Amino acid sequence: MSATLLITQRELGTYLRSMTGYVIAAILLLVDGLLFNIFAIGGDDKLSATVLQQFFFYTSGLTMIASVFISMRLVAEERQTGTLVLLTSSPVKDGQIVVGKFLSGFLFLAMVLALTIVMPLLIRVNGKVSMGHLAAGYLGLLLLGSAAMAIGTLGSALARTQVLAAIFSGCMVTAMVLCWMLVHVTERPFNDLFAALAIHGKHFLPFQQGTIHLRDVVYYLMVTLVGLFAAVRVMEARRWR
Amino acid sequence: MIEVKGLTKYYGEHAAIRDLSFAIDKGEVIGFLGLNGAGKSTTLKILGCVLLPTAGDVTVDGIDIARHPHDVRRRIGFLPDQPPLYAEMTVSRYLSFVARLRGVPASAAAAAVVAAEEKTSTREVHDEPIGSLSHGFRQRVGVAQALVHNPKLLILDEPTSGLDPRQIVDMRAMIRNLRGDHTVLLSSHILSEISQTCDRLLIIQDGEIVDQGSEEDIARRIGGAAAVAIEVDVAGGPDSALAVLTQLPGITRATVVRQAAGVTTLRVESAADLRAQVARGLVMGGIDLVRIDKGAGRLEAIFLQLTETKELPQ
Repeated sequence: MSATLLITQRELGTYLRSMTGYVIAAILLLVDGLLFNIFAIGGDDKLSATVLQQFFFYTSGLTMIASVFISMRLVAEERQTGTLVLLTSSPVKDGQIVVGKFLSGFLFLAMVLALTIVMPLLIRVNGKVSMGHLAAGYLGLLLLGSAAMAIGTLGSALARTQVLAAIFSGCMVTAMVLCWMLVHVTERPFNDLFAALAIHGKHFLPFQQGTIHLRDVVYYLMVTLVGLFAAVRVMEARRWR
Repeated sequence: MIEVKGLTKYYGEHAAIRDLSFAIDKGEVIGFLGLNGAGKSTTLKILGCVLLPTAGDVTVDGIDIARHPHDVRRRIGFLPDQPPLYAEMTVSRYLSFVARLRGVPASAAAAAVVAAEEKTSTREVHDEPIGSLSHGFRQRVGVAQALVHNPKLLILDEPTSGLDPRQIVDMRAMIRNLRGDHTVLLSSHILSEISQTCDRLLIIQDGEIVDQGSEEDIARRIGGAAAVAIEVDVAGGPDSALAVLTQLPGITRATVVRQAAGVTTLRVESAADLRAQVARGLVMGGIDLVRIDKGAGRLEAIFLQLTETKELPQ
């Protein structure tokens, strides 16, 4: 097993053995369930596809928030407790450390997202749900989660404490969400630029509606890569301090 | 085993270490001695491939740490001042994880864990969560993680920090048992620790090596540091004892260290061991001798002389 997978395995075990992981999962599922019941299936009669779109919309926001909280401990906690030196003094590249940690957070998020499937199944009981729409929506959530988790990993690599990591990551993700709002108050070419940069909006809406655009997949993968690359550079720079 | 040339590390404008040069042979137990903030931990972190130096060359087993850090890391076991332990893992799982991380094949990991546990006497807590262990056991597990991949070089930063006297004795014995199998570089600001465990000393002050060699060699080189500490009854006051001592041939310095409960402690320094002459002189001078002790304080004297500070380490 490679060092990356060893780190992933250990980190994932930490999420599953600690209260923090379960608390984050419980809060995400509780809030998602409430939003689903109040806004998605509540109110006037709607088409099943519309209910599903609203489910993906609310879950996408919670996915970004959960990613920030799941990722805050990845590097910052180890720095705080002094265990990071175990990894940095081992024959492991900084890239392997960062990717191993990112994967553990991402897999944990994916497990939590898998538990939300109960809500689309509820729609299926009373209506029709296209498997394609479902698959596209969950792919979008995973890609969005991957991008937010990579940004969170960068925030965690930058910060000395978990609280600071959550603040850094929260600010970065919020700034990327706000880009979509700036689209409506700016003119070309700036609105095009903000739309292209926005982590939600233009890039997530197609997934929400059951459509997969290669452009959006590439965008989320690029954000993930850039976030992880920056996190690796931060780890390398800390050796120079 | 280790060759360090011109090692320098700056944190911003501040030089933590400057132009350090030393060499360590295979199988030696070396004591790295210095006050807090002298640059010990920075040096050890560079040797442990955790930090990169600003300037200088370091080779371990002939391998340059800047060019081939992974090859060096495979040969090194590093225990930082705070043992890097995952509290939620059991000792066996933790050591197995570290062994695999440091390149021990999966098939050999279990045997490596058992060997490390036996060397550090942590077998009895094999299945215990690290978070539930006493401080002494945690420190031992910290040493176990450093040697689980059977490295040639062990770097231990303050391994007895926070231990009680019994645990210190056990840790000292454990480190002495590692001699031969591993080259050990041990840092401490506890002088008795270094004195009783190490073959050779590297004394660092303000980021610079001020002397190196065996305790005897350094004492001989700087002269006057082969001190004999004595304790005398002060019925006649410290002055009468000092008067007797300063008249004895071979005594280079006699000073009052402390006075408490009717007992005055004097430090007597001489080039050679003059215990017999000092005892005879004091008794002949009518002074009640309570205790006379060889060597206690010699390393302190060396350290004080080399670092030119009035502050004594523990």
